[in-house]
Amino acid sequence: MKYIIAIIQPHKLEEVKRALEGEDIHLMTVSNVLGQGRQKGRTQVYRGAKESGGLLKKVKLEIAVNEDFVERAIGTITKAAQTGEIGAGKIFVLDLNEVVRVGSGERGSVAIN
Amino acid sequence: MNTGDTAWVMVCAALVFIMTPGVAFFYGGMARRKNVLSILTQCFAIICLVSLQWVLFGYSLSFGPDTGYGIIGGLDWIGLKGVGQDPSSVYAGTIPHLVFMIFQAMFAIITPALMVGAFAGRMKFSALVIFTLLWTTFVYDPIAHWVWGSGGWLGGIGALDFAGGIVVHVSSGISALVVAILIGKRIGYEKQSFAPHNLPITFLGGALLWLGWFGFNAGSAIEAGGLAANAFVTTNTAAAAAGIAWALMEWKMDGAPTVLGIVSGVVAGLVAITPACGFVSVLSSMPIGLIAGIICYLAVTKLKPLLGYDDALDVFGVHGIGGIWGTLATGLFAAVAINSGGADGLLLGNTKLFFAQMVYLAVCITYALVVTWVLYKIVDALVGMRVDKQSELIGLDLTQHNESAYTVLE
Repeated sequence: MKYIIAIIQPHKLEEVKRALEGEDIHLMTVSNVLGQGRQKGRTQVYRGAKESGGLLKKVKLEIAVNEDFVERAIGTITKAAQTGEIGAGKIFVLDLNEVVRVGSGERGSVAIN
Repeated sequence: MNTGDTAWVMVCAALVFIMTPGVAFFYGGMARRKNVLSILTQCFAIICLVSLQWVLFGYSLSFGPDTGYGIIGGLDWIGLKGVGQDPSSVYAGTIPHLVFMIFQAMFAIITPALMVGAFAGRMKFSALVIFTLLWTTFVYDPIAHWVWGSGGWLGGIGALDFAGGIVVHVSSGISALVVAILIGKRIGYEKQSFAPHNLPITFLGGALLWLGWFGFNAGSAIEAGGLAANAFVTTNTAAAAAGIAWALMEWKMDGAPTVLGIVSGVVAGLVAITPACGFVSVLSSMPIGLIAGIICYLAVTKLKPLLGYDDALDVFGVHGIGGIWGTLATGLFAAVAINSGGADGLLLGNTKLFFAQMVYLAVCITYALVVTWVLYKIVDALVGMRVDKQSELIGLDLTQHNESAYTVLE
Protein backbone atom coordinates (compact mmCIF):
# COMPACT_ATOMS: atom_id res chain seq x y z
CA MET A 1 0.00 0.00 0.00
CA LYS A 2 1.17 3.51 -0.77
CA TYR A 3 0.17 6.96 0.46
CA ILE A 4 0.26 9.52 -2.34
CA ILE A 5 0.51 13.20 -1.53
CA ALA A 6 0.13 15.58 -4.46
CA ILE A 7 0.55 19.34 -4.26
CA ILE A 8 -1.16 20.95 -7.25
CA GLN A 9 -2.46 24.30 -8.49
CA PRO A 10 -5.93 25.07 -7.05
CA HIS A 11 -7.51 25.57 -10.47
CA LYS A 12 -6.44 22.06 -11.50
CA LEU A 13 -8.33 20.32 -8.69
CA GLU A 14 -11.54 19.68 -10.63
CA GLU A 15 -9.63 18.25 -13.57
CA VAL A 16 -7.46 15.98 -11.42
CA LYS A 17 -10.46 14.80 -9.41
CA ARG A 18 -12.38 13.96 -12.56
CA ALA A 19 -9.39 12.16 -14.10
CA LEU A 20 -8.87 10.09 -10.95
CA GLU A 21 -12.55 9.17 -10.87
CA GLY A 22 -12.14 8.02 -14.46
CA GLU A 23 -9.44 5.65 -13.24
CA ASP A 24 -11.72 4.31 -10.51
CA ILE A 25 -9.97 6.21 -7.72
CA HIS A 26 -12.73 7.85 -5.73
CA LEU A 27 -11.42 8.30 -2.21
CA MET A 28 -9.26 11.27 -1.43
CA THR A 29 -8.67 14.00 1.12
CA VAL A 30 -8.21 17.56 -0.12
CA SER A 31 -6.94 20.57 1.78
CA ASN A 32 -6.00 24.16 1.14
CA VAL A 33 -2.33 24.74 1.79
CA LEU A 34 0.23 27.47 1.30
CA GLY A 35 3.41 26.63 -0.45
CA GLN A 36 6.51 27.88 -2.09
CA GLY A 37 8.21 25.86 -4.75
CA ARG A 38 10.09 26.96 -7.84
CA GLN A 39 7.31 29.46 -8.59
CA LYS A 40 8.30 31.38 -5.41
CA GLY A 41 5.84 33.50 -3.43
CA ARG A 42 4.48 36.99 -4.05
CA THR A 43 5.21 40.12 -2.07
CA GLN A 44 2.23 41.71 -0.36
CA VAL A 45 2.07 45.34 0.75
CA TYR A 46 -0.08 46.69 3.58
CA ARG A 47 0.01 50.48 3.97
CA GLY A 48 3.52 50.50 2.61
CA ALA A 49 4.77 47.68 4.81
CA LYS A 50 6.15 44.99 2.53
CA GLU A 51 5.63 41.38 3.48
CA SER A 52 7.96 39.61 1.14
CA GLY A 53 7.92 35.97 0.24
CA GLY A 54 4.20 35.57 0.77
CA LEU A 55 3.35 31.97 0.03
CA LEU A 56 1.03 31.00 -2.78
CA LYS A 57 -2.15 29.00 -2.36
CA LYS A 58 -1.97 25.36 -3.43
CA VAL A 59 -4.18 22.35 -3.02
CA LYS A 60 -2.98 19.18 -1.31
CA LEU A 61 -4.45 15.86 -2.37
CA GLU A 62 -3.92 12.77 -0.25
CA ILE A 63 -4.79 9.33 -1.57
CA ALA A 64 -4.20 5.88 -0.11
CA VAL A 65 -3.96 3.18 -2.79
CA ASN A 66 -3.10 -0.50 -3.21
CA GLU A 67 0.07 -1.33 -5.16
CA ASP A 68 -1.69 -1.98 -8.48
CA PHE A 69 -3.16 1.54 -8.43
CA VAL A 70 0.06 3.43 -7.67
CA GLU A 71 1.38 4.01 -11.20
CA ARG A 72 -2.10 4.69 -12.51
CA ALA A 73 -2.67 7.36 -9.85
CA ILE A 74 0.71 9.00 -10.43
CA GLY A 75 0.26 9.00 -14.20
CA THR A 76 -3.24 10.42 -13.97
CA ILE A 77 -2.31 13.23 -11.58
CA THR A 78 0.80 14.13 -13.57
CA LYS A 79 -1.24 14.43 -16.74
CA ALA A 80 -4.27 16.23 -15.31
CA ALA A 81 -2.37 18.68 -13.10
CA GLN A 82 -0.02 19.69 -15.92
CA THR A 83 0.11 23.45 -16.54
CA GLY A 84 3.14 23.57 -18.83
CA GLU A 85 4.75 26.08 -16.50
CA ILE A 86 6.75 26.06 -13.28
CA GLY A 87 4.64 25.69 -10.16
CA ALA A 88 2.51 22.88 -11.55
CA GLY A 89 3.16 20.87 -8.41
CA LYS A 90 4.79 17.81 -6.96
CA ILE A 91 3.84 14.25 -6.05
CA PHE A 92 5.24 12.41 -3.04
CA VAL A 93 4.79 8.67 -2.67
CA LEU A 94 5.16 7.11 0.78
CA ASP A 95 4.96 3.56 2.02
CA LEU A 96 1.78 2.95 3.95
CA ASN A 97 1.99 0.53 6.87
CA GLU A 98 -1.58 0.15 7.93
CA VAL A 99 -5.11 1.25 7.10
CA VAL A 100 -8.03 0.81 9.49
CA ARG A 101 -11.64 1.41 8.55
CA VAL A 102 -13.19 3.04 11.58
CA GLY A 103 -16.69 1.75 10.92
CA SER A 104 -15.94 -1.97 10.67
CA GLY A 105 -12.48 -2.32 12.14
CA GLU A 106 -11.24 -3.92 8.88
CA ARG A 107 -7.53 -3.59 8.28
CA GLY A 108 -5.10 -3.51 5.35
CA SER A 109 -5.90 -3.62 1.62
CA VAL A 110 -9.61 -4.33 2.09
CA ALA A 111 -9.99 -1.21 4.20
CA ILE A 112 -8.42 1.06 1.62
CA ASN A 113 -11.57 1.71 -0.38
CA MET B 1 -36.22 77.09 -1.61
CA ASN B 2 -37.76 74.40 0.59
CA THR B 3 -35.90 73.02 3.61
CA GLY B 4 -37.90 69.78 3.66
CA ASP B 5 -37.06 69.04 0.03
CA THR B 6 -33.43 69.99 0.57
CA ALA B 7 -33.04 67.74 3.59
CA TRP B 8 -34.76 64.85 1.82
CA VAL B 9 -32.67 65.01 -1.34
CA MET B 10 -29.42 65.33 0.63
CA VAL B 11 -30.31 62.24 2.64
CA CYS B 12 -31.25 60.46 -0.59
CA ALA B 13 -27.90 61.36 -2.15
CA ALA B 14 -26.20 59.69 0.82
CA LEU B 15 -28.49 56.66 0.43
CA VAL B 16 -27.61 56.34 -3.25
CA PHE B 17 -23.94 56.68 -2.32
CA ILE B 18 -24.11 53.59 -0.07
CA MET B 19 -25.40 51.56 -3.01
CA THR B 20 -21.97 51.48 -4.65
CA PRO B 21 -20.25 49.89 -1.64
CA GLY B 22 -23.39 47.72 -1.58
CA VAL B 23 -22.71 46.62 -5.15
CA ALA B 24 -19.11 45.90 -4.12
CA PHE B 25 -20.25 43.59 -1.31
CA PHE B 26 -22.95 42.04 -3.50
CA TYR B 27 -20.42 41.13 -6.20
CA GLY B 28 -17.50 40.60 -3.81
CA GLY B 29 -19.24 37.74 -2.06
CA MET B 30 -20.07 36.10 -5.37
CA ALA B 31 -16.49 36.37 -6.59
CA ARG B 32 -13.85 33.82 -5.75
CA ARG B 33 -11.76 34.43 -2.63
CA LYS B 34 -8.72 35.40 -4.69
CA ASN B 35 -10.62 38.21 -6.47
CA VAL B 36 -12.83 39.75 -3.79
CA LEU B 37 -10.49 42.67 -3.07
CA SER B 38 -10.22 43.52 -6.76
CA ILE B 39 -14.00 44.02 -6.83
CA LEU B 40 -13.97 46.20 -3.72
CA THR B 41 -11.00 48.23 -5.00
CA GLN B 42 -12.60 48.72 -8.40
CA CYS B 43 -15.84 49.98 -6.84
CA PHE B 44 -14.08 52.47 -4.54
CA ALA B 45 -11.85 53.60 -7.40
CA ILE B 46 -14.95 54.22 -9.50
CA ILE B 47 -16.49 56.29 -6.68
CA CYS B 48 -13.34 58.43 -6.53
CA LEU B 49 -12.84 58.78 -10.29
CA VAL B 50 -16.42 59.60 -11.23
CA SER B 51 -16.82 61.97 -8.25
CA LEU B 52 -14.00 64.08 -9.70
CA GLN B 53 -15.05 63.68 -13.32
CA TRP B 54 -18.61 64.75 -12.43
CA VAL B 55 -17.59 67.91 -10.61
CA LEU B 56 -14.98 68.88 -13.22
CA PHE B 57 -17.02 68.35 -16.40
CA GLY B 58 -19.40 65.35 -16.22
CA TYR B 59 -22.25 67.30 -14.65
CA SER B 60 -21.90 70.01 -17.25
CA LEU B 61 -21.98 67.49 -20.12
CA SER B 62 -25.06 65.79 -18.67
CA PHE B 63 -27.09 68.64 -17.27
CA GLY B 64 -25.43 71.79 -18.60
CA PRO B 65 -27.29 74.01 -21.07
CA ASP B 66 -27.89 72.07 -24.28
CA THR B 67 -25.53 72.77 -27.16
CA GLY B 68 -28.29 72.28 -29.73
CA TYR B 69 -30.19 69.21 -31.02
CA GLY B 70 -30.45 67.74 -27.51
CA ILE B 71 -27.31 65.62 -27.90
CA ILE B 72 -25.02 66.89 -25.17
CA GLY B 73 -24.76 69.60 -22.53
CA GLY B 74 -22.22 72.36 -23.02
CA LEU B 75 -19.23 73.31 -20.94
CA ASP B 76 -20.92 76.30 -19.27
CA TRP B 77 -20.98 74.55 -15.87
CA ILE B 78 -17.47 73.16 -16.07
CA GLY B 79 -15.89 72.95 -12.62
CA LEU B 80 -19.40 73.70 -11.28
CA LYS B 81 -19.22 77.26 -12.54
CA GLY B 82 -22.51 78.88 -11.52
CA VAL B 83 -23.67 75.75 -9.70
CA GLY B 84 -24.03 76.96 -6.13
CA GLN B 85 -26.22 77.30 -3.09
CA ASP B 86 -29.15 78.85 -4.92
CA PRO B 87 -31.60 76.66 -6.83
CA SER B 88 -31.03 76.14 -10.54
CA SER B 89 -33.37 78.01 -12.86
CA VAL B 90 -33.91 74.78 -14.84
CA TYR B 91 -33.86 71.84 -12.43
CA ALA B 92 -35.32 71.24 -8.97
CA GLY B 93 -36.41 74.77 -8.09
CA THR B 94 -36.85 74.10 -4.38
CA ILE B 95 -33.35 72.85 -3.47
CA PRO B 96 -29.83 74.24 -3.83
CA HIS B 97 -28.34 73.47 -7.24
CA LEU B 98 -25.41 71.82 -5.45
CA VAL B 99 -27.77 69.31 -3.84
CA PHE B 100 -29.31 68.37 -7.19
CA MET B 101 -25.80 68.06 -8.63
CA ILE B 102 -24.51 65.71 -5.91
CA PHE B 103 -27.69 63.60 -6.01
CA GLN B 104 -27.11 63.10 -9.75
CA ALA B 105 -23.41 62.43 -9.11
CA MET B 106 -24.28 59.31 -7.12
CA PHE B 107 -26.17 57.90 -10.13
CA ALA B 108 -23.20 58.56 -12.39
CA ILE B 109 -20.99 56.76 -9.85
CA ILE B 110 -23.02 53.61 -9.41
CA THR B 111 -23.61 53.01 -13.12
CA PRO B 112 -20.04 51.99 -14.13
CA ALA B 113 -19.69 50.17 -10.77
CA LEU B 114 -22.60 47.92 -11.75
CA MET B 115 -20.54 46.65 -14.68
CA VAL B 116 -17.59 45.26 -12.73
CA GLY B 117 -19.46 42.03 -12.06
CA ALA B 118 -19.41 41.10 -15.73
CA PHE B 119 -15.64 41.07 -16.14
CA ALA B 120 -14.84 40.04 -12.54
CA GLY B 121 -11.54 38.25 -12.12
CA ARG B 122 -9.86 39.16 -15.38
CA MET B 123 -9.56 42.91 -16.08
CA LYS B 124 -6.36 44.86 -15.47
CA PHE B 125 -6.80 47.60 -12.90
CA SER B 126 -5.11 50.16 -15.15
CA ALA B 127 -7.53 49.28 -17.93
CA LEU B 128 -10.48 49.65 -15.57
CA VAL B 129 -9.40 53.16 -14.59
CA ILE B 130 -9.12 54.38 -18.19
CA PHE B 131 -12.23 52.52 -19.33
CA THR B 132 -14.32 53.96 -16.47
CA LEU B 133 -13.37 57.55 -17.28
CA LEU B 134 -14.05 57.09 -20.99
CA TRP B 135 -17.29 55.17 -20.47
CA THR B 136 -18.78 57.61 -18.02
CA THR B 137 -17.87 60.52 -20.32
CA PHE B 138 -18.96 59.01 -23.64
CA VAL B 139 -21.80 56.68 -22.65
CA TYR B 140 -23.33 57.76 -19.34
CA ASP B 141 -23.13 61.53 -19.71
CA PRO B 142 -24.75 61.70 -23.18
CA ILE B 143 -27.55 59.26 -22.29
CA ALA B 144 -28.24 61.13 -19.04
CA HIS B 145 -28.44 64.34 -21.06
CA TRP B 146 -30.81 62.87 -23.66
CA VAL B 147 -33.23 61.68 -21.01
CA TRP B 148 -32.93 64.06 -18.06
CA GLY B 149 -30.97 67.05 -19.35
CA SER B 150 -32.85 70.22 -20.16
CA GLY B 151 -33.49 70.08 -23.92
CA GLY B 152 -32.41 66.44 -24.16
CA TRP B 153 -33.93 64.88 -27.27
CA LEU B 154 -35.27 61.64 -25.71
CA GLY B 155 -37.05 63.54 -22.97
CA GLY B 156 -38.76 65.35 -25.84
CA ILE B 157 -40.35 62.26 -27.43
CA GLY B 158 -42.38 61.50 -24.32
CA ALA B 159 -40.45 58.50 -23.01
CA LEU B 160 -40.63 58.02 -19.23
CA ASP B 161 -37.78 56.94 -16.95
CA PHE B 162 -38.42 58.01 -13.38
CA ALA B 163 -35.16 57.04 -11.70
CA GLY B 164 -32.89 55.63 -14.38
CA GLY B 165 -34.09 52.26 -15.63
CA ILE B 166 -32.39 52.96 -18.93
CA VAL B 167 -29.87 55.62 -18.03
CA VAL B 168 -28.42 53.50 -15.24
CA HIS B 169 -29.47 49.87 -15.58
CA VAL B 170 -29.95 49.16 -19.27
CA SER B 171 -26.89 51.20 -20.23
CA SER B 172 -24.68 49.37 -17.72
CA GLY B 173 -26.28 45.98 -18.38
CA ILE B 174 -25.79 46.17 -22.14
CA SER B 175 -22.28 47.58 -21.85
CA ALA B 176 -21.38 44.88 -19.33
CA LEU B 177 -22.49 42.24 -21.81
CA VAL B 178 -20.34 43.79 -24.53
CA VAL B 179 -17.28 43.85 -22.27
CA ALA B 180 -17.90 40.29 -21.03
CA ILE B 181 -18.02 39.03 -24.62
CA LEU B 182 -14.98 41.02 -25.80
CA ILE B 183 -12.76 40.21 -22.81
CA GLY B 184 -13.62 36.52 -23.06
CA LYS B 185 -14.45 33.77 -20.64
CA ARG B 186 -12.62 33.17 -17.37
CA ILE B 187 -10.03 30.39 -17.56
CA GLY B 188 -11.78 27.13 -16.72
CA TYR B 189 -15.29 28.46 -17.44
CA GLU B 190 -17.76 25.56 -17.47
CA LYS B 191 -14.92 23.17 -16.49
CA GLN B 192 -14.48 24.07 -12.83
CA SER B 193 -16.45 25.48 -9.94
CA PHE B 194 -16.98 29.24 -9.71
CA ALA B 195 -19.07 28.99 -6.56
CA PRO B 196 -19.56 32.23 -4.59
CA HIS B 197 -16.95 32.43 -1.86
CA ASN B 198 -18.90 34.35 0.81
CA LEU B 199 -22.68 34.59 0.50
CA PRO B 200 -23.18 36.49 3.77
CA ILE B 201 -21.22 39.36 2.18
CA THR B 202 -23.48 39.15 -0.86
CA PHE B 203 -26.48 39.31 1.46
CA LEU B 204 -25.06 42.42 3.14
CA GLY B 205 -24.56 43.98 -0.29
CA GLY B 206 -28.14 43.14 -1.27
CA ALA B 207 -29.43 44.69 1.94
CA LEU B 208 -27.44 47.90 1.39
CA LEU B 209 -28.75 48.04 -2.17
CA TRP B 210 -32.36 47.69 -1.02
CA LEU B 211 -31.86 50.41 1.59
CA GLY B 212 -30.08 52.73 -0.82
CA TRP B 213 -32.69 52.18 -3.50
CA PHE B 214 -35.26 54.11 -1.42
CA GLY B 215 -33.02 57.12 -1.96
CA PHE B 216 -32.47 56.23 -5.60
CA ASN B 217 -36.17 55.96 -6.47
CA ALA B 218 -38.03 58.08 -3.92
CA GLY B 219 -35.31 60.72 -4.07
CA SER B 220 -35.84 61.00 -7.81
CA ALA B 221 -39.10 62.83 -7.05
CA ILE B 222 -36.69 65.65 -6.02
CA GLU B 223 -39.22 66.73 -3.42
CA ALA B 224 -40.39 65.44 -0.07
CA GLY B 225 -43.99 64.82 -1.05
CA GLY B 226 -46.63 62.43 -2.28
CA LEU B 227 -44.76 61.36 -5.38
CA ALA B 228 -41.74 60.38 -3.29
CA ALA B 229 -44.08 58.36 -1.09
CA ASN B 230 -45.49 56.56 -4.13
CA ALA B 231 -42.00 55.75 -5.41
CA PHE B 232 -40.93 54.55 -1.95
CA VAL B 233 -43.82 52.12 -1.61
CA THR B 234 -43.76 50.81 -5.21
CA THR B 235 -40.02 50.23 -4.80
CA ASN B 236 -40.43 48.13 -1.68
CA THR B 237 -43.39 46.21 -3.09
CA ALA B 238 -41.74 45.33 -6.40
CA ALA B 239 -38.56 44.21 -4.62
CA ALA B 240 -40.56 41.95 -2.32
CA ALA B 241 -42.54 40.41 -5.18
CA ALA B 242 -39.40 39.78 -7.22
CA GLY B 243 -37.51 38.21 -4.31
CA ILE B 244 -40.35 35.76 -3.80
CA ALA B 245 -40.71 35.08 -7.54
CA TRP B 246 -37.01 34.23 -8.00
CA ALA B 247 -36.97 32.02 -4.88
CA LEU B 248 -40.09 30.16 -6.04
CA MET B 249 -38.61 29.61 -9.50
CA GLU B 250 -35.53 28.08 -7.89
CA TRP B 251 -37.57 26.03 -5.51
CA LYS B 252 -39.47 24.52 -8.43
CA MET B 253 -36.61 24.19 -10.93
CA ASP B 254 -33.57 23.52 -8.70
CA GLY B 255 -35.09 22.00 -5.58
CA ALA B 256 -34.53 24.70 -2.96
CA PRO B 257 -34.81 28.45 -2.42
CA THR B 258 -31.37 29.97 -1.86
CA VAL B 259 -30.04 33.13 -0.26
CA LEU B 260 -28.29 34.08 -3.50
CA GLY B 261 -31.60 33.53 -5.30
CA ILE B 262 -33.78 35.64 -3.04
CA VAL B 263 -31.19 38.45 -2.94
CA SER B 264 -30.77 38.37 -6.73
CA GLY B 265 -34.55 38.43 -7.13
CA VAL B 266 -34.86 41.47 -4.89
CA VAL B 267 -32.21 43.32 -6.90
CA ALA B 268 -33.96 42.36 -10.16
CA GLY B 269 -37.22 43.76 -8.78
CA LEU B 270 -35.53 46.98 -7.68
CA VAL B 271 -34.05 47.37 -11.16
CA ALA B 272 -37.38 46.78 -12.87
CA ILE B 273 -39.36 49.24 -10.73
CA THR B 274 -36.73 51.97 -11.17
CA PRO B 275 -38.12 53.56 -14.35
CA ALA B 276 -41.71 52.98 -13.24
CA CYS B 277 -41.76 53.82 -9.52
CA GLY B 278 -43.09 57.36 -9.89
CA PHE B 279 -45.61 56.57 -12.62
CA VAL B 280 -47.38 53.36 -11.53
CA SER B 281 -49.67 52.40 -8.65
CA VAL B 282 -48.59 50.20 -5.76
CA LEU B 283 -50.72 47.31 -7.03
CA SER B 284 -49.11 47.59 -10.48
CA SER B 285 -45.67 47.33 -8.89
CA MET B 286 -46.50 43.76 -7.83
CA PRO B 287 -46.71 42.22 -11.33
CA ILE B 288 -43.72 44.35 -12.35
CA GLY B 289 -41.66 42.78 -9.56
CA LEU B 290 -43.09 39.31 -10.00
CA ILE B 291 -42.31 39.16 -13.71
CA ALA B 292 -38.86 40.70 -13.13
CA GLY B 293 -38.02 37.87 -10.72
CA ILE B 294 -39.12 35.25 -13.22
CA ILE B 295 -37.51 36.60 -16.39
CA CYS B 296 -34.24 37.57 -14.72
CA TYR B 297 -34.03 34.08 -13.21
CA LEU B 298 -34.55 32.62 -16.68
CA ALA B 299 -32.02 35.01 -18.25
CA VAL B 300 -29.35 34.00 -15.73
CA THR B 301 -30.00 30.26 -15.58
CA LYS B 302 -31.18 29.50 -19.12
CA LEU B 303 -30.26 32.29 -21.55
CA LYS B 304 -26.65 32.67 -20.42
CA PRO B 305 -25.68 29.00 -20.80
CA LEU B 306 -27.57 28.89 -24.09
CA LEU B 307 -25.64 31.81 -25.59
CA GLY B 308 -22.39 30.88 -23.85
CA TYR B 309 -21.09 34.30 -22.76
CA ASP B 310 -19.33 34.58 -19.41
CA ASP B 311 -21.08 37.49 -17.68
CA ALA B 312 -19.44 36.36 -14.44
CA LEU B 313 -21.84 37.83 -11.88
CA ASP B 314 -24.86 38.34 -14.16
CA VAL B 315 -24.90 42.08 -14.68
CA PHE B 316 -26.72 41.70 -17.99
CA GLY B 317 -29.14 39.08 -16.68
CA VAL B 318 -30.21 41.23 -13.73
CA HIS B 319 -29.64 44.87 -14.72
CA GLY B 320 -29.93 44.59 -18.51
CA ILE B 321 -32.96 42.32 -18.64
CA GLY B 322 -34.55 43.80 -15.49
CA GLY B 323 -34.07 47.33 -16.86
CA ILE B 324 -35.53 46.46 -20.26
CA TRP B 325 -38.56 44.86 -18.63
CA GLY B 326 -39.00 47.82 -16.28
CA THR B 327 -38.88 50.28 -19.17
CA LEU B 328 -41.52 48.33 -21.10
CA ALA B 329 -43.56 47.86 -17.91
CA THR B 330 -43.62 51.63 -17.47
CA GLY B 331 -45.21 51.80 -20.92
CA LEU B 332 -47.80 49.23 -19.82
CA PHE B 333 -48.74 50.29 -16.29
CA ALA B 334 -48.15 54.08 -16.12
CA ALA B 335 -51.13 56.17 -15.05
CA VAL B 336 -51.70 59.92 -15.10
CA ALA B 337 -53.71 59.44 -11.91
CA ILE B 338 -50.44 58.63 -10.11
CA ASN B 339 -48.29 61.30 -11.73
CA SER B 340 -49.84 64.13 -13.69
CA GLY B 341 -46.45 64.76 -15.29
CA GLY B 342 -46.45 61.21 -16.72
CA ALA B 343 -48.76 59.52 -19.17
CA ASP B 344 -51.22 56.65 -19.35
CA GLY B 345 -49.80 53.28 -20.39
CA LEU B 346 -50.97 50.59 -22.78
CA LEU B 347 -53.29 49.03 -20.18
CA LEU B 348 -55.15 52.34 -19.99
CA GLY B 349 -55.44 52.39 -23.77
CA ASN B 350 -52.58 54.72 -24.67
CA THR B 351 -50.27 53.23 -27.31
CA LYS B 352 -48.12 56.34 -27.64
CA LEU B 353 -46.20 55.89 -24.41
CA PHE B 354 -45.43 52.23 -25.05
CA PHE B 355 -44.11 53.12 -28.49
CA ALA B 356 -41.95 55.91 -27.00
CA GLN B 357 -40.53 53.43 -24.48
CA MET B 358 -39.58 51.05 -27.31
CA VAL B 359 -37.85 53.81 -29.25
CA TYR B 360 -36.11 54.87 -26.06
CA LEU B 361 -34.85 51.31 -25.49
CA ALA B 362 -33.73 50.77 -29.08
CA VAL B 363 -31.77 54.02 -29.18
CA CYS B 364 -30.02 53.59 -25.84
CA ILE B 365 -29.22 49.91 -26.34
CA THR B 366 -27.72 50.59 -29.76
CA TYR B 367 -25.75 53.57 -28.52
CA ALA B 368 -24.37 51.78 -25.42
CA LEU B 369 -23.50 48.72 -27.47
CA VAL B 370 -21.61 50.54 -30.21
CA VAL B 371 -19.78 53.09 -28.08
CA THR B 372 -18.79 50.54 -25.43
CA TRP B 373 -17.39 48.33 -28.19
CA VAL B 374 -15.30 51.22 -29.56
CA LEU B 375 -14.08 52.29 -26.11
CA TYR B 376 -13.12 48.71 -25.28
CA LYS B 377 -11.02 48.48 -28.43
CA ILE B 378 -9.30 51.79 -27.65
CA VAL B 379 -8.37 50.83 -24.08
CA ASP B 380 -7.36 47.35 -25.20
CA ALA B 381 -4.97 48.90 -27.72
CA LEU B 382 -3.61 51.35 -25.13
CA VAL B 383 -2.89 49.13 -22.12
CA GLY B 384 -4.50 45.74 -22.80
CA MET B 385 -7.78 44.90 -21.07
CA ARG B 386 -7.10 41.43 -19.78
CA VAL B 387 -4.49 40.31 -17.28
CA ASP B 388 -2.06 37.59 -18.36
CA LYS B 389 -2.94 33.96 -17.73
CA GLN B 390 -0.64 33.53 -14.74
CA SER B 391 -2.08 36.59 -12.98
CA GLU B 392 -5.63 35.42 -13.60
CA LEU B 393 -4.86 32.02 -12.08
CA ILE B 394 -3.16 33.47 -9.00
CA GLY B 395 -5.96 36.02 -8.67
CA LEU B 396 -6.33 39.77 -9.10
CA ASP B 397 -6.01 40.56 -5.38
CA LEU B 398 -2.40 39.46 -5.27
CA THR B 399 -1.36 40.34 -8.80
CA GLN B 400 -3.12 43.72 -9.23
CA HIS B 401 -3.18 44.98 -5.65
CA ASN B 402 -0.49 43.04 -3.72
CA GLU B 403 -3.02 42.10 -1.06
CA SER B 404 -5.09 39.12 -0.10
CA ALA B 405 -8.47 39.22 1.64
CA TYR B 406 -8.03 36.22 3.88
CA THR B 407 -4.92 34.88 5.49
CA VAL B 408 -4.57 31.12 5.60
CA LEU B 409 -2.12 31.01 8.47
CA GLU B 410 -3.00 33.26 11.43
